[in-house]
Amino acid sequence: MGLVLDFSVVLDRWQALLDGATLTLQLAIIAVVCGATIGVFGAIGRRGGNVLVERLCGAYVEAIRNTPLLVQIFLVYFGLSSLGLQFSAFTVAAVALTINVGAYTTEIMRAGFDSIHKGQIEAAEGLGLSKAQIYWHVIIWPGIERVYPALTSQFVLLMLASSVTSQISAEELTAVANYIQSETYRSFETYIVVALIYVALSFIMRFGFWLLGLALFPRRRRLGTPL
Amino acid sequence: MNAHVNPPAAPPNAPVVALRNVHKSFGSLKVLDGVSFSVGRGEVTVLIGRSGSGKSTALRCIDRFETIDGGEIEVCGRRVDDAGLDVRALRQDVGIVFQSYNLFPHLTIEENITLAPHAVKKVPKAEARALAAKVLAQVGLEEKLHAYPEQLSGGQQQRAAIARSLAMQPKVMLFDEVTSALDPELTGEVLKVIEALAADGMTMVLVTHEMSFARGIADQVVFMHKGKVHEAGPAGILSSPSTPELAQFVGTGF
Ligand SMILES: Nc1ncnc2c1ncn2[C@@H]1O[C@H](COP(=O)(O)OP(=O)(O)O)[C@@H](O)[C@H]1O
Ligand SMILES: [Mg+2]
Repeated sequence: MGLVLDFSVVLDRWQALLDGATLTLQLAIIAVVCGATIGVFGAIGRRGGNVLVERLCGAYVEAIRNTPLLVQIFLVYFGLSSLGLQFSAFTVAAVALTINVGAYTTEIMRAGFDSIHKGQIEAAEGLGLSKAQIYWHVIIWPGIERVYPALTSQFVLLMLASSVTSQISAEELTAVANYIQSETYRSFETYIVVALIYVALSFIMRFGFWLLGLALFPRRRRLGTPL
Repeated sequence: MNAHVNPPAAPPNAPVVALRNVHKSFGSLKVLDGVSFSVGRGEVTVLIGRSGSGKSTALRCIDRFETIDGGEIEVCGRRVDDAGLDVRALRQDVGIVFQSYNLFPHLTIEENITLAPHAVKKVPKAEARALAAKVLAQVGLEEKLHAYPEQLSGGQQQRAAIARSLAMQPKVMLFDEVTSALDPELTGEVLKVIEALAADGMTMVLVTHEMSFARGIADQVVFMHKGKVHEAGPAGILSSPSTPELAQFVGTGF
């Protein structure tokens, strides 16, 4: 039995693949930006004083970590439509992915913020900085720097996981693949190509986060040592 | 309650720091048991005593890192024991330096120093940088402006931490065993900086185990023992203690 692979019909549809890949990246970027913002506030909420806020943030994190992403997506999808709200599949996907990555980011950022030594905070208090200033200058930035590799991994994982939004027909890369393989009957070839595109997207994201890290963490850029 | 009123202009020779019958417990552990002492403007008070005698706690109470259970603390005309105290205003008047320097590792020395003047006192960036250069020169580190803390030796980091405090132009400085984490050959450079501050007329309360340094710098020595001021007086009490506990303490060096 010889294995005959024919990529031509798949590659002929490069425009569709490119559109899908672009959409996947867009989804990932939106979810990362919004999710990282949620993560900062979620982590502050989980750490800071108010029992009700702590519980709420904790419940959010646990709810997301203990349910499948696909189910979360359906919940957002059907939840919104049962409220009579009609959004595009892209919007629903972006919202669901944001909620998902926000929870994981909350946990990672919390670990980062918790790693800031009490002495750092006392030094800042001793200088008269306000709570918000201490968070911003002494906890958030160095805290994020400490967990930046973990955040990067989580965000790349999110980009890959966005493939399940094909289930609600967001027209990202996997949805495009599904439709190409049903048109061409070249399933194996299609998913080989798509897998390679995902690998490329992962590299692009890692490279992007590496560049962003250089911009955000000048000490790291100059000394090259972990914080 | 006059918590939010500016502190009244203190009489010119009022103490900068005064503790009156201060009590403080951690759970059932009584750490300060009626501590009183006061520090006049430009004076240097050295707290000595065995480990666990409550020196750090006393210092931390002055800067409201701990709240006290009884007694009074007055700093720069403010009642520190007042529940409505403006803690941030107090901390602009008080500089505190800890044993572990606690420089912010992700910031350059200059950024470490300009952070608080800019964020707290709204000193413009350029002015704050000039201030940083000035205080760094004061501690002999002018060439380390753009270095990161990890690139400095322990002694240099501690001097930078002192400079960071000085940049807030405090009215009183608190030092808690600032040389205890340093190798012996590095303690001298830090002690010299503190001596220069004293010579400049800075009001200070410091905890130290360096007895010859204490003897040289102290206007007042406060010997703490079991949470109480066991003996206090001019630096001379280190040479001629009147209680056996202090005699034993200076005899052993600890
Ligand atoms: N935050 C705290 N919680 C509980 N116990 C403490 C705390 N801080 C200090 N102590 C205890 O109080 C006592 C006095 O401590 P400290 O003031 O640090 O003494 P010193 O600085 O003279 O060595 C010690 O027994 C110490 O363990
Ligand atoms: Mg101590």
